[in-house]
Amino acid sequence: MRVTATVNGSPFSCDVAPGERLVDVLRAHGLTGTKYGCGSGECGACVVLLDGEPVNSCLVVLPRIEGHSITTIEGLGTPSVPHPIQEAFAEAGAVQCGYCTPGMVLSAYALLQRNPHPTREDVAAALDGNLCRCTGYVKIIDAVMMAAARLRGEALS
Amino acid sequence: MNEYDTTVVGHSVRKLDAMGLASGRHTFTDDFALPGMLHARLLLSPHAHARITSVDASEALVLPGVVSVVSAANAPRVFHTTAGQGFPEPSPHDSVMFDWKVRHVGDRVAVIAAVSEEVAEAALGLIRVNYEVLEPVFDPLRALEPGAPVIHDEPEAHAAIPVVYRPKQNLAASAEFSTGPVDEVWDQATHRLDRTYQVHRASHCAIEPHEVIAYLDPDGRLILRSSTQVPFHARRIVANVLGLPVGRVRVIKPRIGGGFGGKQEVFLEQIAGLLCLRTELPVRLRLTRQEVFMTSRTRHPQHLRLRSAADGEGRVTLLDLDTVLDTGAYGSHALTVATNTGSKVLPLVNRTRAVRFRARSAYTTLPVSGAYRGYGATQGAFALNVQMDEMARDLGLDVLELWRRNHIRSGESSPVFQALGEGTEGVPMSIRSCGLEQCLEQGSKAIGWEEKRGRGGNGRLVRGIGMAALMQGSGIPRIDMASATLKLNDDGSVNLLVGATDLGTGSDTILAQIAAETLGIRADQVVVYSSDTDLTPFDTGAYASSTTYISGEAVRRAASDLAGKIIRVAARMMGTELHGLSLRGGLVIGGDRVVAVSDVALRSLYQEDQEQLMGMASAWGEVSPPPFSAHFAEIEVDTLTGRIRVVRYVAAVDCGVAINPALAQGQTEGAVMNGIGYALCEEYLMDDRGRMRNGSFVGYRIPSSRDVPDLVTILVPTYEPTGPYGAKSISEISINGPLPVISNAVYDAVGVRLRSSPFTPDRVWRLLKGE
Ligand code: FES
Ligand code: FES
Repeated sequence: MRVTATVNGSPFSCDVAPGERLVDVLRAHGLTGTKYGCGSGECGACVVLLDGEPVNSCLVVLPRIEGHSITTIEGLGTPSVPHPIQEAFAEAGAVQCGYCTPGMVLSAYALLQRNPHPTREDVAAALDGNLCRCTGYVKIIDAVMMAAARLRGEALS
Repeated sequence: MNEYDTTVVGHSVRKLDAMGLASGRHTFTDDFALPGMLHARLLLSPHAHARITSVDASEALVLPGVVSVVSAANAPRVFHTTAGQGFPEPSPHDSVMFDWKVRHVGDRVAVIAAVSEEVAEAALGLIRVNYEVLEPVFDPLRALEPGAPVIHDEPEAHAAIPVVYRPKQNLAASAEFSTGPVDEVWDQATHRLDRTYQVHRASHCAIEPHEVIAYLDPDGRLILRSSTQVPFHARRIVANVLGLPVGRVRVIKPRIGGGFGGKQEVFLEQIAGLLCLRTELPVRLRLTRQEVFMTSRTRHPQHLRLRSAADGEGRVTLLDLDTVLDTGAYGSHALTVATNTGSKVLPLVNRTRAVRFRARSAYTTLPVSGAYRGYGATQGAFALNVQMDEMARDLGLDVLELWRRNHIRSGESSPVFQALGEGTEGVPMSIRSCGLEQCLEQGSKAIGWEEKRGRGGNGRLVRGIGMAALMQGSGIPRIDMASATLKLNDDGSVNLLVGATDLGTGSDTILAQIAAETLGIRADQVVVYSSDTDLTPFDTGAYASSTTYISGEAVRRAASDLAGKIIRVAARMMGTELHGLSLRGGLVIGGDRVVAVSDVALRSLYQEDQEQLMGMASAWGEVSPPPFSAHFAEIEVDTLTGRIRVVRYVAAVDCGVAINPALAQGQTEGAVMNGIGYALCEEYLMDDRGRMRNGSFVGYRIPSSRDVPDLVTILVPTYEPTGPYGAKSISEISINGPLPVISNAVYDAVGVRLRSSPFTPDRVWRLLKGE
């Protein structure tokens, strides 16, 4: 079957077998920033934004994206023109192996769209579905708080 | 107390690959596909212990899309260990790719390569395997008893070095030593404790599952792109198992999504490699999460019996530790985790008159144990610290005071260092940097020890605080080796080629900082490439807390080698003597004359006396200086449910000079959270047939962002004279804290001693009820 959607702002269409999962299709199309950690919605490594909402792309079967808009980590920023959240992750030391990072960044992005003034508890709650085994989360939460302040235009303390 | 003024070392420079990772651009093993690539899936044993009487793959092979099936019927039978360790490996050679016997649920029976994962998966059900089921053994103590079923009855299983190995008795490894009059000290002691402790199995849970992609280059060499901590060991082991010369195998390590010891195992590369050689097609073998739990490696559960004695002055006079490790179905790291349980723990208490240690690793028909961050020290530190807490209470002393009176100090040695090595005798060592005293001091202040200890209470929610003293090592002395190559580019930047394996820790950045410091340039002028057995020089790999200390020293030496050459050319350009020239800010400086390093490079590459200026060096450790640490936690016990909440956690760590303080903190925070998960909730739930019931992140819960307490890391600076720029290690030590700290804090809160982990609500609740 043929599926048509928007991926990172560009029209996207491809032929897929029914039951094919979004994570695999994105990765097969070179968007390998979306990671696989469990394949069953338990780790958040595969998070992408579906119409701005974070979803585990390993749980999304392709018909679901028909006519919708997908944002992957590649669509958020580039190494030379990063999104402020990506910048903050790098600066705060929130990236160790980096395998969880794309999903974390996208979950954080969705949070900050919805709530530009989060507390540390709000951040922890929003990232609850994104597992990280390397960092212990402290610097990830720091990074999101830092990015939130910058996006609000506040000077850094 | 840096001994030098450093401009790059000691600064939290941004991790070099952070932005490439945060933007999803860096590539991991799976982020790479080759045309015509096959996908492999493993058929795993449903039985804990069985003989395979027949394997019939004919039905699977006729399924369209199936290309190859390998099982005991058609696999090479080369006995090896999957443990990625120095050569010859201290772990017993008791594994083949596929055997006629399975020894745990999840053991490998066959592998299928097909055009897609779906086809491979469908074909798994078409392989007909007949099993003769054997009696399983799930208890390591029972496994060592006479008459227990023999798990490794194959005649080929052997030890590669002269060590005790008795597979007929299910004894995979053993080690012991004793010094001083143990019985006499015990008999005469005024204060004595004799307790047993149990620590449990756990999974590393790197978020990236194990994976390898195997392909042939145009000359038919086998290329393995692998998520590994040990590329050079992988090359050696795969070449041996597949009967290839080492030169016909290349292992490439791309970005790695975490390892924690789990990827110090070489158990998939040979299988993917064999399928690739047979089919002459690229083959991808990736474990599912459930397979990671079942068929990769785990932490060694241990049954530890610790006896200690003390005199009236609060001097601990005896430590006597006897432990049995459950190494599971194969003896991966069976000996070295055993010895580390003593060698990375017992020296902490250093006023003893006698010390005895015995460890035995038993085969069982359970998941395979292996290397896991902490590596025995986690288990031993639990027993020691819980017993120190109990001893202090017996003596009527504050446990901090008991530690102060007994802990090892700078300038001291311990007989344990020489007695316990890694498969051989150890190396005598006297401690040259020890910040444990300051860790105790600063950590106890930060947690509020004086105000909060012993406050307990009678309500539903009761708080308590606890502490632990810890040590680890920095590499394996006289075994771990690392090397580095540097070459100077036109613009004064350098390429740094290292076999050291960054698996997410930030070691590439640490090594770049060391090179930059030595060469007087910025860290971002160092282009790091790690690691590829064709392109980078040898390194034993990322394990045993070795990278900063040993690989870092290799880089420092290689950079000094290059610095010397740069200075020599600069002296010629300036027409001065070598003496008195130094490198700073991208310049060679001699009095009031300067030459830019880039001009040195241009001259050497294009103009005069042309040569590629390069630095090259190797390093190995003569000693393994321990980092030290004191951990503290305030916890809250819900006496109605048995639930424990960690409120505040303080880790004070002496890692020598922290080359990059932010990365050192990150290592500590990650290790502490891994340790808290291990202490409170991570657990293999097994049924009575040896099957794991919770092989997913829902069933096996690891900490999430909501579980983070107020977590404080204090880096206590010392200067280790044998380390590069004064550095020791930091990656492992902090995982050893939470287990004893939380147990001791629970006792402080509610007077219940937790000697078996994990401290699940159910277990705590039953103890509170006096069961
Ligand atoms: S891979 Fe999708 S949630 Fe883990
Ligand atoms: S940085 Fe490795 S899993 Fe998060």
